[in-house]
Amino acid sequence: MSDTIKTTCLHDKHVKLGAKMSPFAGFDMPIQYSSITEEHNAVRKNVGVFDVSHMGEIFVSGKDALKYVNHVFTNDVTNLEEGKILYGMMCYPDGGVVDDLLVYKEFEDDHFLFVVNAANIDKDYRWMLENAEGFDVVIDNQSEVWGQLAIQGPASEDEVISLLGLEDSEAEEEIRNLKFYTFADAEDDKGNRVIISRTGYTGEDGYEIYATPQNINYLWDELMADGVAPCGLGCRDTLRFEAGLPLYGDELSAEISPVMAGLSMFCKLDKEEFIGKEALSAQKTDGAPRKLVGIELHDVAIPRAGYPVELEDGTQVGTVTTGYHSISLDKSICFALVDSAYSALGTALWVRVRKKSFPGEVVKKRFYQTNYKK
Amino acid sequence: MSKIIEGLLYSESHEWVKVDGNIAIIGVSDFAQAEMGDIVYIDLPSEGDEFNAGDDFGALESVKASSELYSPVGGTVVAVNNELEDSPEKVNEDPYTAWIIKVEMDDKKELDSLLNAAAYAEIAK
Repeated sequence: MSDTIKTTCLHDKHVKLGAKMSPFAGFDMPIQYSSITEEHNAVRKNVGVFDVSHMGEIFVSGKDALKYVNHVFTNDVTNLEEGKILYGMMCYPDGGVVDDLLVYKEFEDDHFLFVVNAANIDKDYRWMLENAEGFDVVIDNQSEVWGQLAIQGPASEDEVISLLGLEDSEAEEEIRNLKFYTFADAEDDKGNRVIISRTGYTGEDGYEIYATPQNINYLWDELMADGVAPCGLGCRDTLRFEAGLPLYGDELSAEISPVMAGLSMFCKLDKEEFIGKEALSAQKTDGAPRKLVGIELHDVAIPRAGYPVELEDGTQVGTVTTGYHSISLDKSICFALVDSAYSALGTALWVRVRKKSFPGEVVKKRFYQTNYKK
Repeated sequence: MSKIIEGLLYSESHEWVKVDGNIAIIGVSDFAQAEMGDIVYIDLPSEGDEFNAGDDFGALESVKASSELYSPVGGTVVAVNNELEDSPEKVNEDPYTAWIIKVEMDDKKELDSLLNAAAYAEIAK
């Protein structure tokens, strides 16, 4: 981590709102404004807004862009239509993960946008440059000039229409009809680009808007004036966790491959080639030594990252990666990386919480039924 | 500014102690509950458990994290506020009413190493 902590374009506004601020991924970020529980419920039941301007935006273009993206990205963009988005990873040759990310197919031939985790921007950019040799591509890291808001929750569609002043306009239907993992382009009156994307990290319907810092400030103020709940990284984590979504560093890392994390559906092993293909294919065929599972405890004890996962006799067979007493489900649940022999649904496992071990069982990782716009 | 009550004693790990004869009534400070955020679960000891000063006797769990509770004095637990099992939010709402345990002290001299309200105000900020 660098010596100087970075801030997003909305930093002053978070401080003025009285947010509890904390360093995350090299940025001084809001963890909560009111309470994690209230913010979590605002997103599940109504609408909330997150400042996610810390995320990175790296643009790829050039004659070989398609071939290059398929080389560094595990998913297959060959037939990806303009305005569509794919989730996937960039992997090391050994199958470990450089980052998980979204790839947007732009409305222009041979143009793509990579949206990457804040903590990994520099590492990803270097990795992308290092692996561009022999490809006719331009890789442009614009992370510092884009801000981003995530507007999430069942009421987000109406909120976004009103926020962008689209009532009764031609664009209204376009934005309402965007399906999950698609996006639209817009411009402000000065010709600055705005990207409106039906994506999110909460398990709810929602939009993410990419724009200039000035526009992001304007949109944020409008949302606050409209009474939309500002939401911090605290509930961003509880929401994504309940929806079964991984966080880089916890459920994916240089040591935790997509196959181990149960994300091989985002690795197209039948693709001609990509970095990590051989290692991931071997893991898929031979079986990965460890697997990420969901565990539900039959007790109120709360499993936390790093707590041991055990068999009844106390033998450790894994480690918790993320755990909470789930706000939406009122259960103690966690993700854990365990020996594959103990990863089948229904397997009895214990989690050691401080001095005692508490019984539970392996359940599906998607703890909460997601509500995406299909 | 967090609330600090005159007449109570405080530990550096943010527990408060109210002395009633040989009994120490123990809770957590307003500063501690505010730092934790919404408390969703409290891991409580049982009556009859014995602790030395500085031992952890349980934990507070917020949505985000768990924080151990340390006994400011040594002794035997003579009462546990079991009401907190179902209503842990009482610690957020009124941390100085929501006592957690009562301990019969082994050695009242251990109270001398605790902080008074003025001294605690220096570290609770």
